[in-house]
Amino acid sequence: MKLLIKGGRVIDPANNRDEILDILVVDDKISKVDKSIDEEADKVINAQGKWVMPGLIDLHVHFREPGFERKETIRTGSRAAAMGGFTTVCCMPNTEPVCDNDIVVEFIKLKAERAGIVNVLPIGSISKGMKGEELSDIGRMSKAGICALSEDGKSVLNAGLMKNAMRYASMFKLPILDHCEDPSLTGKGQMNAGERAAFMGLAGISNDSEEVIVARDMILAQSTNTPIHLCHISTAGSVTLIRQAKERGVKVTAEATPHHFTLCDEDITDYDANYKMAPPLRSKSDREAIRQALSDGTIEVISTDHAPHHTDEKNCEFQLALNGIIGLETSFPLANTVLVEGGYLTPYQLVEKMSANPAKILGINKGNLSEGSVADITIADPNAEYVIDVEDMVSKAKNTPFGGMHVKGKILYTIVGGEMSVEDGKLMKR
Amino acid sequence: MFKGKDLLGLRDLSKDSIMEILDEARSMKKRIDNPALRDHTLNKSSIVTLFYENSTRTKTSFCLAGAYLGGIVQDLGVSTSSVSKGESLIDTGLNIDKMGVKFMIIRHQMTGAAAVLARNVRACVINAGDGTNEHPTQALLDMYTIYDYLGGFEGLKVVILGDISHSRVARSNAFGLIKLGARVTLAGPSTLISGSMRALGVEVTSDIKGAIADADVVMGLRVQFERQKNMPFPNTREYSTLYGINSDLLRYAKPDALVMHPGPVNRGVEFTSNVIDGKNSVINIQVKNGVAVRMAILKLLYEANPDL
Ligand SMILES: [Zn+2]
Repeated sequence: MKLLIKGGRVIDPANNRDEILDILVVDDKISKVDKSIDEEADKVINAQGKWVMPGLIDLHVHFREPGFERKETIRTGSRAAAMGGFTTVCCMPNTEPVCDNDIVVEFIKLKAERAGIVNVLPIGSISKGMKGEELSDIGRMSKAGICALSEDGKSVLNAGLMKNAMRYASMFKLPILDHCEDPSLTGKGQMNAGERAAFMGLAGISNDSEEVIVARDMILAQSTNTPIHLCHISTAGSVTLIRQAKERGVKVTAEATPHHFTLCDEDITDYDANYKMAPPLRSKSDREAIRQALSDGTIEVISTDHAPHHTDEKNCEFQLALNGIIGLETSFPLANTVLVEGGYLTPYQLVEKMSANPAKILGINKGNLSEGSVADITIADPNAEYVIDVEDMVSKAKNTPFGGMHVKGKILYTIVGGEMSVEDGKLMKR
Repeated sequence: MFKGKDLLGLRDLSKDSIMEILDEARSMKKRIDNPALRDHTLNKSSIVTLFYENSTRTKTSFCLAGAYLGGIVQDLGVSTSSVSKGESLIDTGLNIDKMGVKFMIIRHQMTGAAAVLARNVRACVINAGDGTNEHPTQALLDMYTIYDYLGGFEGLKVVILGDISHSRVARSNAFGLIKLGARVTLAGPSTLISGSMRALGVEVTSDIKGAIADADVVMGLRVQFERQKNMPFPNTREYSTLYGINSDLLRYAKPDALVMHPGPVNRGVEFTSNVIDGKNSVINIQVKNGVAVRMAILKLLYEANPDL
């Protein structure tokens, strides 16, 4: 099977490339990347005017399986991933049971293989049952194939346990992706503390609830000389702390989500829980700091924090509504519209943040279009304009505030291991 | 003309609508003492009260208002019935909606609950207090009382004292009074007020004397420090020492300033007894005005929604 992608703008930061090139895929590998390849192929994609990128990688999704299948399954979630241009996604361990042992890891891998549309890499929990008391079976999970550790949804509050986890994980070269939040500072907060919360009569969540753990994590990363990856950074203060830590050589990386660089607390009206997430949508100036941090490289990854919930869990009292929104199918268009069109990122930087950098953090041979690499390729039309329609989404969940938003940038092809998962904007596997 | 299906708060109510309610309340007040004037304005419309939080006073006030206008009032004992069986607010609302109910009056411990109910049911929803958000009928009765005694709002200085950050009464009053041209000062200990409240257009201070100086209205809020971890304030004794209003402090206000309180008042905590029972106090008048204001709201909503 030969696939020829002709005349596209090949954006491949891992190989320091951004030019018009052809790509020849033979079976599951990239066989050749060159100027005008003349070869007979079973299939030719005319990619003129399109971006040809290494398959997008998302470090942060919730596929809810096992345990919460009414929200999403590995099957429906990975289809949403494919539609969003993602060839590899990492799923968080806050399932039921928690992914804290090799049996659950094997289960997720099996389900992902059966879903058979994108690469799904399980993330193991840091502590057993995500209770923050004792380490989970990190070594056995590593052997079973987890890609990282996380306690996403909360922080490991015991700093001693966190320090042990960082030292132990480094032995297996497992990155730790940390959700930074001190619940004693979040309190009963429902949205960002500030004028909007005062106006709405909702209890506020101050920026310090994130920042104290950001600071602590980086202090521990420095004292243990191990890497730390900080999830969904949302405040200007966190950005400053990360910038300072990088200057003194701390091995810290950070991610931002499309909702945190697109929306702010002023967008919350009428107690619509599709705007409720953790961390909350912050102020306009925090949002600007996140955009700047993406622009100057302080934040090197865009992750979706795809968090599906059932309609009943969102159409209810704001205080009872669960945190999070879906994000896989809107991530690329939002990043392109807000960050590239908005002048914060070049297309090259965008691909770094959505593919090359996440691969680097995971330490996997993906996120590049090198000859000989597995053919995970995403092709997008950066100029296609459309209005987001929630009903078009393939995720089982519909909890997103982005319906009706005008965006630019559409995923046309998602190629996973040389096979078409999405072709011409349509899902190829049911 | 008063419009809209629901009364959720004063944040989204226009100045004209507020004045329409206050003027209507004036004519309603006459009916309270004279049973001959009570009529069938509501034409046997059903009114259901859903009080997820107990408040005998507010509920009684609504029930009497409905009865005086010829409505059929029924309390859904939500604190004891469906909720304990785990039924969601929306499901409860949809159920009641099917029974030919015209008004739902909801008191709920969570901010936004009335709004969520309102957008899921056909009936008119009246917010009788939601979380730390709004308590519009209380604020309207407070405003009516001010209107009755002082004749208007333009340029008045109204100071509201106490646990401001958790007070829906303070918030509704602030939204309404500012729309009508009053100056509102919120005062309390630093852990119970937040500078971001200035977004409402109010002054925020911890300086009690400065707050009371030349005030036309001194409104106290009920102070309730439940025993909990990480309390924002040591105890009520410390509160009354620092923020309780006695006759010495009241002297800083204008001589004929109104002393108000949404009740139930803790004697010796928010106000000393001689302030509560003093010549400036209109606390007992407020209660009567509450029935009148609620009658006015029911009547105006009824007339604004003839198709329901
Ligand atoms: Zn998280």
